[in-house]
Amino acid sequence: MSNVESSLRPALILGDKTLHDITEDVCRPIEDKPNKYWWMAFGLASAIFLWWLLAVTYTIGTGLGVWGLNKTVGWAWDITNFVWWVGIGHAGTLISAILLLFRQKWRLSINRSAEAMTIFAVICAASFIVVHMGRPWVAYWPFPFANQFGSLWINFNSPLVWDVFAISTYFSVSLVFWYTGLIPDFAIVRDRAKTKARKFWYTILSFGWVGSAKNWQRFEEVSLVLAGLATPLVLSVHSVVSMDFATSLVPGWHTTIFPPYFVAGAIFSGFAMVQTLLLITRKVLNLEEYITIYHIDMMNRIILITGSIVGCAYLTEFFIAWYSGVEYEQYAFINRATGPYWWAYWSMMTCNVISPQLMWSSKLRKNLFMTFFLSIIVNIGMWFERFVIIVTSLHRDYVPSSWTMFHPTWVEIGLFIGSLGLFFVPFLLFTRFFPVIAMSELKTILKSSGSQSKKGATHE
Amino acid sequence: MQNNLNYTFPNKLKTLSFIMMAIGAVAIAAGFATHHEQTWANIMHNNFYFLAIALGGLFFYAVQYAAEVGWSVYVIRIPLAMSQFLWVSGIIMLIIFLAAGHHIWHWTHHELFVETLPDGKPNPEYDEILAGKSAYLNVPFFLIRMVLYFVIWYGFAHLLRKHASAEDMSGAGEHYQRSRKLSIVFLVLFAVTSSTSAWDFVMSIDSHWFSTLFGWYTFAGIFISSLAVMALIIVYLRKQGYLQHLNENHLHDVGKFMFAFSIFWTYLWFAQFMLIWYANLPEEVTYFMVRQDYYKTLFIVNFLINFILPFLILMTRDSKRKLLLLTLLGTTLFIGHWIDTFLMVIPGVMNEHWTIGVFEIGTTIGFMGLFIFVVFNALSKLSLLPTRHPMLAESEHFTL
Repeated sequence: MSNVESSLRPALILGDKTLHDITEDVCRPIEDKPNKYWWMAFGLASAIFLWWLLAVTYTIGTGLGVWGLNKTVGWAWDITNFVWWVGIGHAGTLISAILLLFRQKWRLSINRSAEAMTIFAVICAASFIVVHMGRPWVAYWPFPFANQFGSLWINFNSPLVWDVFAISTYFSVSLVFWYTGLIPDFAIVRDRAKTKARKFWYTILSFGWVGSAKNWQRFEEVSLVLAGLATPLVLSVHSVVSMDFATSLVPGWHTTIFPPYFVAGAIFSGFAMVQTLLLITRKVLNLEEYITIYHIDMMNRIILITGSIVGCAYLTEFFIAWYSGVEYEQYAFINRATGPYWWAYWSMMTCNVISPQLMWSSKLRKNLFMTFFLSIIVNIGMWFERFVIIVTSLHRDYVPSSWTMFHPTWVEIGLFIGSLGLFFVPFLLFTRFFPVIAMSELKTILKSSGSQSKKGATHE
Repeated sequence: MQNNLNYTFPNKLKTLSFIMMAIGAVAIAAGFATHHEQTWANIMHNNFYFLAIALGGLFFYAVQYAAEVGWSVYVIRIPLAMSQFLWVSGIIMLIIFLAAGHHIWHWTHHELFVETLPDGKPNPEYDEILAGKSAYLNVPFFLIRMVLYFVIWYGFAHLLRKHASAEDMSGAGEHYQRSRKLSIVFLVLFAVTSSTSAWDFVMSIDSHWFSTLFGWYTFAGIFISSLAVMALIIVYLRKQGYLQHLNENHLHDVGKFMFAFSIFWTYLWFAQFMLIWYANLPEEVTYFMVRQDYYKTLFIVNFLINFILPFLILMTRDSKRKLLLLTLLGTTLFIGHWIDTFLMVIPGVMNEHWTIGVFEIGTTIGFMGLFIFVVFNALSKLSLLPTRHPMLAESEHFTL
């Protein structure tokens, strides 16, 4: 990578850090005792995680009848939550693979935690798939395996099966990619370890890394191959998720724009979640000099762009539904905007398309409170998007006598709220035990993009 | 390195471009004289294709500014020159619509919208679906949109060029900032107009058919075909002794863009095709049935040379750094997307009665001549290198 940088580009590491400072700052949360805020957050996350456990146990023990599904609306919060979590799980790999290809150096302070978020979000997503099967003890049936049960063989024509492959591939590659990056950083923690237990565990985690030239050469090689594999996966996962809907004949679901539009929405919601998490993490772990206002500004720009792409897709769908002259399509969209679920539709529109437009203002993009507020709004909006797509298309089917509404029970609410616990428990543990910034990689840009290198340069 | 930054449009190339234009004129005139039915459709096909190349150039240029890109400073004058072709496309598009609108766009026949004839009898020509679309697909509104597209596109191409030229003169930083702002505004307008113009110019040729992805699919084609032409122009200028400041790292990045966006195009091609094939709804699937029944060879070739070839060849690092391979791929993708555009435009007008012969090739040669003349003329008016660009040093020291 070029070492010459235009004076227009701001510093990415503030506070005149040295290489050693970076190690100290990143290792501190692992080596210190957590403060009371961490314990409070962990306590809350564990409590809602228990609600999730209760809801899962009750669902599996009793059957899917404990949910609010009916014969018209056969998919509702289960699949909404699934798509929502998978979407959130997109930002991590986008940052580490696609932003790597585009040589965006600012990715380096945020890639580690975004990838961790990806892993935990995909686990949450998978939990909904397993639970909504009703009989999770046969959850291995979607895999093609030699069996003695007779003609039990999966239907490869079904996009639901494609989903199983798309998501398990994505999960495996993301996990390996994340872990590979962690190895040199684990070795740093190991070498600094003062307690026996820490030495023991980080020795195991760091796979015998010694930091030799050969180690680094292999590290670079495998990173490149994984980035190459991960890039198409960023696009393929949500494309396949969208095909669960788009291959059907349900009005509002069958539309060709779905694959790229779902991908844009996934990146949109993924970045919003990264924003939510990092704004807190940088404050609690004192990482403001690494995750700077500039990083937040750049992420807000991605949120603005992807939000606007999603907005274009909404309008395109609406317009083409009218243009097509197909009355079922036309009705599906009129019903979304003005039918009994109008409030869900307009929540989606406001949160995903209208409010992100505030990000055109550079002042607001750099305002931490506003960024935090909007990131939550986007997360809410993207949940509504999936709810609108799934429930409004189903609740008015071709036979008016079966028209109905969907009402969630406390079990479904528990599964959704509880899944936030399922997500935050590992994430909070991650901030205590793993280096939250890819310090080995970050050190490579200190010379070109640290604040010292910008001294004397004129800023616009 | 000693470098000639000012391109002179050589007389030899100028003459060649005139000869090509003459060939095109003869092909079109002969087409009309022999009542070759595809003549207008050929003009439309080529005009849309070269419009796409010019517009894609403008998109590339604007993205470089909006995203504060450093490496591309050495090549951005080329897409800027390509975008100067837009006004020619605009005039030809207007001529096509005014002279042959009824031939190309079936919905322009006003009588299709009338349910009952003046004598009270039902109109046998009445087309319920097209009547439903008439609030959007009607001649005056279409004309307004068409003029608006070209005013916006060429307007931005013109303004951005003005700032580029002023920057070369004065070196003031404000021109960079102004170009950035203009680029951002252009990209916002482009996000809307690239889709709506694709519906208008191309999708409405198959006037009953619709696909929500069509606008983005067309955009992917626009971008990849302009990248291919950009690569070809870079190679040509290098061969002529210009652009010596460029090194293989710059070529590598152009190659990477071609690699990535040929895959992106394929992704959208597949998404549109697969979802329509899978659902098999009569109102949608007819589009592909015509193309598979009567255009089978082209349909398969389209996929092979726009996906398989660039995918296999551009995969390796070396192939993106060699002039010869880039030329080969630029040419392949240029032909490939000529075919893709052919499949988008021609079947809706000609159905099974299509040909690719001397008239078609001749028309394309004519458009190429026109494009070469306008674009190389624009190239000669401005320095090939923005010597006072604030990111210049990044591009100069750019290594991968």
